[in-house]
Amino acid sequence: MSTEEHRQHVIPTSIYVGIWAVLMVLTGVTVFASFIELGDWNIVLALTIASIKATLVVLFFMHLYYSSKLTKVTMIAAVFFLFLLLALSMTDYLTRGWLTNPGR
Amino acid sequence: MATAVQTTVETDNYLNNGYGLKSWLLTKDHKRIAILYLISITAMFFVGGFFAMLIRLELLTPAGDLVSSDTYNKLFTMHGISMIFFFLIPSVPAVLGNFLIPLMIGAKDLAFPRLNLASWYIYMIGAIFALVSMISGGVDTGWTFYTPFSTTYSNTHVIGAALGIFIAGFASIFTGLNFIVTIHRMRAPGMTWTRLPLFCWSNYAASIIMVLGTPVVAITILLVALERLFHIGVFNPALGGDPLLFQHLFWFYSHPAVYIMILPGMGVISEIVTCFSRKRVFGYEFVALASIAIAVLGFLVWAHHMFVAGISVYAALVFSLLSYLVAIPSAVKVFNWTATLYKGSIRYDTPMLYAFGFIGLFTVGGLTGVFLASLGVDVHVTDTYFVVAHFHYVMVGGMVLAYMAGLHFWWPKITGRMYPEGWAKLSALLVFVGFNLTFFPQFILGYMGMPRRYHAYPPEFQVLNVLSTAGSSVLAVGYVLPMIYFLWSLRYGKPAGPNPWNAVGLEWMTPSPPPTHNFDETPVVTWEAYDYEHQPEEEVRVGH
Amino acid sequence: MATSDIEIAEHSLQHHFADMDQQKDASTFGMWLFLVTEIMFFGGLFCAYLVYRATYYQAFVAGSQTMNIWLGATNTAVLICSSLSMALGVRCAQIGKTKMMVVLLLITIVFGFGFLGIKGVEYHEHWINHQFPGPNFQFEGAEAGGVNPQNVQIYFSLYWAMTGLHALHMIIGIGLVTWIVIAGARGAYSPDYYSPVENVGLYWHFVDLVWIYLFPLLYLISKKHGG
Repeated sequence: MSTEEHRQHVIPTSIYVGIWAVLMVLTGVTVFASFIELGDWNIVLALTIASIKATLVVLFFMHLYYSSKLTKVTMIAAVFFLFLLLALSMTDYLTRGWLTNPGR
Repeated sequence: MATAVQTTVETDNYLNNGYGLKSWLLTKDHKRIAILYLISITAMFFVGGFFAMLIRLELLTPAGDLVSSDTYNKLFTMHGISMIFFFLIPSVPAVLGNFLIPLMIGAKDLAFPRLNLASWYIYMIGAIFALVSMISGGVDTGWTFYTPFSTTYSNTHVIGAALGIFIAGFASIFTGLNFIVTIHRMRAPGMTWTRLPLFCWSNYAASIIMVLGTPVVAITILLVALERLFHIGVFNPALGGDPLLFQHLFWFYSHPAVYIMILPGMGVISEIVTCFSRKRVFGYEFVALASIAIAVLGFLVWAHHMFVAGISVYAALVFSLLSYLVAIPSAVKVFNWTATLYKGSIRYDTPMLYAFGFIGLFTVGGLTGVFLASLGVDVHVTDTYFVVAHFHYVMVGGMVLAYMAGLHFWWPKITGRMYPEGWAKLSALLVFVGFNLTFFPQFILGYMGMPRRYHAYPPEFQVLNVLSTAGSSVLAVGYVLPMIYFLWSLRYGKPAGPNPWNAVGLEWMTPSPPPTHNFDETPVVTWEAYDYEHQPEEEVRVGH
Repeated sequence: MATSDIEIAEHSLQHHFADMDQQKDASTFGMWLFLVTEIMFFGGLFCAYLVYRATYYQAFVAGSQTMNIWLGATNTAVLICSSLSMALGVRCAQIGKTKMMVVLLLITIVFGFGFLGIKGVEYHEHWINHQFPGPNFQFEGAEAGGVNPQNVQIYFSLYWAMTGLHALHMIIGIGLVTWIVIAGARGAYSPDYYSPVENVGLYWHFVDLVWIYLFPLLYLISKKHGG
């Protein structure tokens, strides 16, 4: 039982170069955007762009798009558990100031 | 239909396939690597046991008269480090998992044999780092390495111990990685996921935790070492660092780590309960999925170790609720084992005795864990002996008993020899009695308020402490006896034959001990797991 | 002595695998799993970053203003180019163009050294400006900006730890690519057996991925930029 994966599927050079071009443009965009004052949205924009770049690298340079379902699930699981670490830790840090002692 | 009694140990097996140190130290055979691990972790178990003995001796009297408080800090630290990182976490996976998983799925070896050997060497290097730091003066931070004591104020060998654990963590990661790939990609034809032995499911779930969790404690321990070495002060309160961040990162792994420890043990119990009740396991899918559920939910509960550390009450609420949830799949497993026993044809061989002990003691330990999940109760008993008793019930009463059960169950397969049943039953009894005598008083002590990690205590706690120490000496005998009779059996034990227990499973279809390549031909599986209805009844049982 | 593609594949088949397909599937899946551990490994540092940026935002702004955003952006571009050359190199392995593969992998190594060189320049700058945490840490103008210099030390602790760990992974990556270059030049790979090339490629792209996040998080915190 083998997964045919991309052993039969060779991605054309043009696709790779195209992805590279998009990544370079996005890098420029993120630098440019960092000079604009957007308040709290700066970080959102920066991380969004970074995530788009990361997704392109993972899907196409790392061939995840053409990989088995198992591999895709594995990657999603990793991101999910990292998210759990960050999110559940932040439930502590974001709520530390909430409760004040009654009577103080 | 008499089958000839096997009177000699099978020739041409993995044990005599090549003699000499080099053939062992450079082996790629998963079975030999399992033996290497067996020797190493047994040694570390006795290292940890040695520290435990000193602890219990100190606690015989209320005054801190055997050792100083600083030394006592080192004793419980090194007891914890040896037992958790160098015994419990590798125990079932690295010994029994390594040996059995390829056999159970009909494969010739794990997916990455050289990585498997590397994993053992990495473990050894980590153990040497840890042992050197212990011998050259020890560590006193607790196995939990809380900052800023570990990063700034402790003047013991923190870096050596931390690096030892960091390195050993990679051994664990590589084992887990190997298991996951093997179970996904190397099952024999017909061995579908729903025919997989539950031992494999459990080790698979534990491997998921190993792969996802261990790297986080690795980076955390590395940061502690970096802070001590280079002042890269992420946890230093003087700079505004938060000691609780260390605890969040540490427990993100260390709580799931307890499931790394217990899940493989639960897998052993599943195998034994079915074999010795001659019955299919009740609710196979539930037990399998419960393993995965424990692995996933186990990642969501870590801050219950921090309820009184200073986290926000709202976070504590969230983690308390989640901690209740994680008890559910464990309970599902206990119910399913019990239902498997019901109307089974029970045999009381030693592995089954240990399994019975596990079910009872794990239930006690697990239930007291639920008590601790409750915020109100936890505030009262945290950092007392109640917690110590709780985790020893699950880790010793549960995990160590499961490991002993597995060792006894598969010893004939691993060595081709039976152990002496009388001595084994005696040891099991001693372990059970000794364990309860050691740790049950600690529940009471903790509830009455005796704090943990103190070498002196108020005199009214002495009677219970003396009982506990007495129990530990009985327990120690129960541990030493198997060492002796297992070694004895290597030379004088009755040859076991391929299937002395008449169990169902691919591993029982190979000779004992198995040949290096496991199977002459890759088996094709057409039967369900635990197909005891179709297993012929008593064949000639050897060794009784 | 020319060996055919089939011979290369057969020679490389390990005995415990049924066939080359199973071996390739297993080895690639194994590498992905290893990358999962790397994600969690760096993830701990990202968690610390998140917590402290939320707590000491101004200190992080102050710290990031000492970063040279142009060097950082250049390094980002260098890594993206190295990922392209790496991906094209793997592609050449897939179709058996060994010479081209070796060339592309060598280009990847050059880019890798380029990254490390630029990083070295940056590290040197920070070092001589006493921007390394510890007893010699200095950060002028902090109090004037209303920022506690001690908190800025935390920013720099994370900066050095995260970029240092990343650079260490780059060095290992260069080592791995070098190994592939040597083995590839000796004809070890063929379209039926190139999983080591692919797996090293996966590792390399992962290291690029980490930097894609490090750059905005460490360099682009606020619109006031230094450098």
